[in-house]
Amino acid sequence: MLKYIGKRLLQLIPVLIGITFLSFAMMRLAGGDAVTYMYENAGSVVSQEVIDQTKKEYGLDQPFLVQYGRWFAGMVTGDMGTSYVSGQKVYDTFMEKLPATILLTVSSMIVTMLTAIPLGIFSAIRHNRWSDYLIRFLSFIGNSAPNFFAALILMYVFSVKLGWLPVITSENIAASLVLPTLTLAIAMAAKYIRQIRAAVLEELNKDYVTGARARGVRGSVIIWKNVLRASMLTIVTLMALSVGSLLGGTTIVESIFMWDGVGKMAVDAITMRDYPVVQVYVAWMAVIYVAVNLITDIVYHYLDPRVRLGGEQG
Amino acid sequence: MTKKKRGSSSVYRTGTDSVKIRLIVLTVLAALLLLTALCAKYICPYDPYEQNLLLAKQPPGPEHLLGTDRYGRDMFSRILIAGTTSIFSTLILVSITTVTGTFVGIICGWRGGFVDAFLMRISDLFLAFPSLVFALAVAGVLGGGVQNAVLALAVVSWPKFARLARGLTLTQKEAPYIMAARLSGSSTPALLLRHILPNIAGPVLVTAVLDIGTMMMELAGLSFLGLGVQPPAAEWGSMINEGRSLLQIAPWMSLAPGAAIFVTVLIFNLLGDTLRDYLDPEHKKKRGK
Repeated sequence: MLKYIGKRLLQLIPVLIGITFLSFAMMRLAGGDAVTYMYENAGSVVSQEVIDQTKKEYGLDQPFLVQYGRWFAGMVTGDMGTSYVSGQKVYDTFMEKLPATILLTVSSMIVTMLTAIPLGIFSAIRHNRWSDYLIRFLSFIGNSAPNFFAALILMYVFSVKLGWLPVITSENIAASLVLPTLTLAIAMAAKYIRQIRAAVLEELNKDYVTGARARGVRGSVIIWKNVLRASMLTIVTLMALSVGSLLGGTTIVESIFMWDGVGKMAVDAITMRDYPVVQVYVAWMAVIYVAVNLITDIVYHYLDPRVRLGGEQG
Repeated sequence: MTKKKRGSSSVYRTGTDSVKIRLIVLTVLAALLLLTALCAKYICPYDPYEQNLLLAKQPPGPEHLLGTDRYGRDMFSRILIAGTTSIFSTLILVSITTVTGTFVGIICGWRGGFVDAFLMRISDLFLAFPSLVFALAVAGVLGGGVQNAVLALAVVSWPKFARLARGLTLTQKEAPYIMAARLSGSSTPALLLRHILPNIAGPVLVTAVLDIGTMMMELAGLSFLGLGVQPPAAEWGSMINEGRSLLQIAPWMSLAPGAAIFVTVLIFNLLGDTLRDYLDPEHKKKRGK
């Protein structure tokens, strides 16, 4: 087991090198040079000499491969560089933003699970009755609403019309958390309900369920103890993928609600051409991607020992 | 989904006939959308780019069906014009990813070995790559604008189709009919195009149609963040972005284009779902990731 995990973690290295190299190359190609940008932001007009001097300081006058090599060496030793914009250590900035994103991830996952699992099961039990149709209809709606649209509607209703909640993040964390959480949960729950319903329906049609019923096992026991357990694979896959994308920072939702997380950091860094921050974001995404794949495989193995570890993951 | 027996208590939606009817209705709806998008220039009541500050921020009314924006431009006309950009760029995007992805996937599934491993690692790389960063880099190199947003999304989205097509090709590869075709002297390209492709086209097509909604949202999302379509050009995502700071005074400015995206995505999603029911009545969610 440990050997397997170790082997999979080793795979992180090529992915990490691959995507950071790619983004490094693209950011350099993109031009829009950060130093000029930085001075423009500061509102000062400076001579070419000063710009060249600053570039030298940041090592931007070096050939591309040297720059990348330095950056990578820095990253391995834990030095991710300094932000061009704020002048702070990039690693510190990232660590500062991460908790907000984690908080949002956890809260929206909880809300999603609490709504999607019961509704998905309920919808499956009530297969093709009006309540099933209603749930399916709503989940379809939720699935087709872009999250920025959902966010605006929620904002309009709860903040503008009813005035219950703050429009953007304020001092009161709990109140600020509600709308971004709901926005994310609506889209996720909509997707989950459909999948859970399908998985549960499939289980319910199996012989063992009929057998258990015939032996007089209570319906609720069958559902919660057997069917749900068997449907866990679907749920876990969904969860892993969602947690992965949530931890990557939901750029749009975080930007709308001014939620100061990793996603917003990335958008800001990108618009400001703050390469070192963008690089950290890209590296973080690579780590998440590999970790999510790994965790999913391990959980699969525990839930269903027939799934062999070390199988191809292509 | 999961159309499984359960008696005839649910005549509605289970019979193939009703699926067919749904498919026709939705195809007509989608066609209407495309037609509107195509003719937007001729049917919009006002010039979508003409500013008139005297008419700024008018609420929806008989004169301006969806109100006006902060420069007094007619929202309804702008939404129609924006639809052309949003819908057609999405369709182009999905066509690119579907064709490229399927091509790569078939090659990988068929050849196996080194080519397969190499291309699949590359697709892994792009799956892990944040599309946002890509979009900006592309915009930086080639300049902003909708083509570049499409290009950026295409680069990060094709792996989905490559994986699907690869998996499907693997299941077809060993089928007796392929052996038969090969024995009767089909060349490899002919085999792939005439035998493999038609047999995997169904699921690929369904995925492509279902992808239209997702891609439309992604594209609008990029514009919303200011990385796609640049103002003053109208696009639904960027219109929402323009309107969002005025949510309190002029909510129609952001809600109307939002509703436009929503309805369009809904129609294409329903179409994709119905198409799946139609092509594969025994469909069970087993494919993909």
